[in-house]
Amino acid sequence: MAVTLSLTVNGKAVNATVDPRTLLVELLRNQLGLTGTHVGCDTGQCGACTVHVDGRAVKSCNLLAAQANGAVVVTIEGLAAADGTMHPMQAAFKECHGLQCGFCTTGMVMSAIDLVNRHPKASEATIREELEGNLCRCTGYHNIVKAVAQGAAAMAK
Amino acid sequence: MAVEEYWAPATLSDALERLRGGDVTILAGGTDLMPQSHAGRVTLARGLLNVRRVPELRGIEAADGGVRIGALCTMSELMRDPLVREHFGILAEACDHFASDQLRNAATLGGNVCNASPAGDTLVPLLVLDAEAELASKPDGRVQFRRVPLSAFFSGPGRTARAPDELLCAIRLPRPPAGFVGRFYKAGLRPALDISAISIGIGGVPGGRALGQARVAYGAVAPVPMRARRTEQALEGAVLDAATVERVAAIARDEVRPIDDVRASAWYRRELVFNMTRRMLGDVAHA
Repeated sequence: MAVTLSLTVNGKAVNATVDPRTLLVELLRNQLGLTGTHVGCDTGQCGACTVHVDGRAVKSCNLLAAQANGAVVVTIEGLAAADGTMHPMQAAFKECHGLQCGFCTTGMVMSAIDLVNRHPKASEATIREELEGNLCRCTGYHNIVKAVAQGAAAMAK
Repeated sequence: MAVEEYWAPATLSDALERLRGGDVTILAGGTDLMPQSHAGRVTLARGLLNVRRVPELRGIEAADGGVRIGALCTMSELMRDPLVREHFGILAEACDHFASDQLRNAATLGGNVCNASPAGDTLVPLLVLDAEAELASKPDGRVQFRRVPLSAFFSGPGRTARAPDELLCAIRLPRPPAGFVGRFYKAGLRPALDISAISIGIGGVPGGRALGQARVAYGAVAPVPMRARRTEQALEGAVLDAATVERVAAIARDEVRPIDDVRASAWYRRELVFNMTRRMLGDVAHA
């Protein structure tokens, strides 16, 4: 049994055929080669697999690829401009050293952009609360919070 | 077993037809189904029925003086909806405690209700709000609806009054009485992404240091999320001085039926029920 899907991934139309049980993250990583989206816990806890579906952050290890049929999906690979200029949030993570091993970073960036879209002037407390769905195994939260605040200011410009 | 069929029907009638055929797993947000099936705790049926396109399962609208909430409404939609926030604040409060933002964007109210976890975050506030489940089926070629009070909907962990050929279309909430106040409390080890050790919902109309028309519900302290009728009776007309609050909280501690599990012992759950009920009633009495 195969399901045929049409969706938009990082601005490009994608047609794919998947088994019904294929997770969205499996489609992204294994079929589309977009390995920037990570699988940490595979149980919806850690947030490393966070992507945007129709503009909202979701955990792609918790959704079937079939559920994204017709949707607009953005992954970490879709953030930078065509000339390679980083998204302001990516630049802020780089400048603030908002990463250590880097495993959680792509999910952190995707969640951070969603939270800034909803709270453009988020306080430090709001940033910490809103990142509750993303775990950093290096416990490098302090610089991550600084990066999100700087990224928010840059996104407002 | 492999999933052999996948359907995403666009009408309620087609969805019910698939359900009537049997051996079907219903998929809504998938946030519980996916990890459960990957962990081997749930076996997906031969047919997977994605109900996302069924229009009758969508929207939040005023109905019968209260509100009709489509089963596909996500936690994020609920906690931002003006109607829910104004009249059913205890539900919005519980949604805010639900998992994390990424899961709130995908998880649906209908999924939380049909999973029927004793610890389901929205179930306690729904019980306090006298919710009804709106179920649809198509037994003889015609779509039929019935309503079941949520207090009679849960029959055990993961078990409900929904028949295999029925689909939960919506949750209906009657308008609470004038002056109604509701409060939700969830005890977990961390504020996010935790399954509650216990949860409490208390609602009623405060006045004269009493809580009129009191409704009290508990989660994760019995095989099903439960209304605490004896505790409610003890509250009716009682002036909430310190001794009365203590007495009512002790009745609640006796009324719940918790078990020992990985999240908490039965003893600890009873102590939480007593202490937090006492604190919440004290707050309500001074509201």
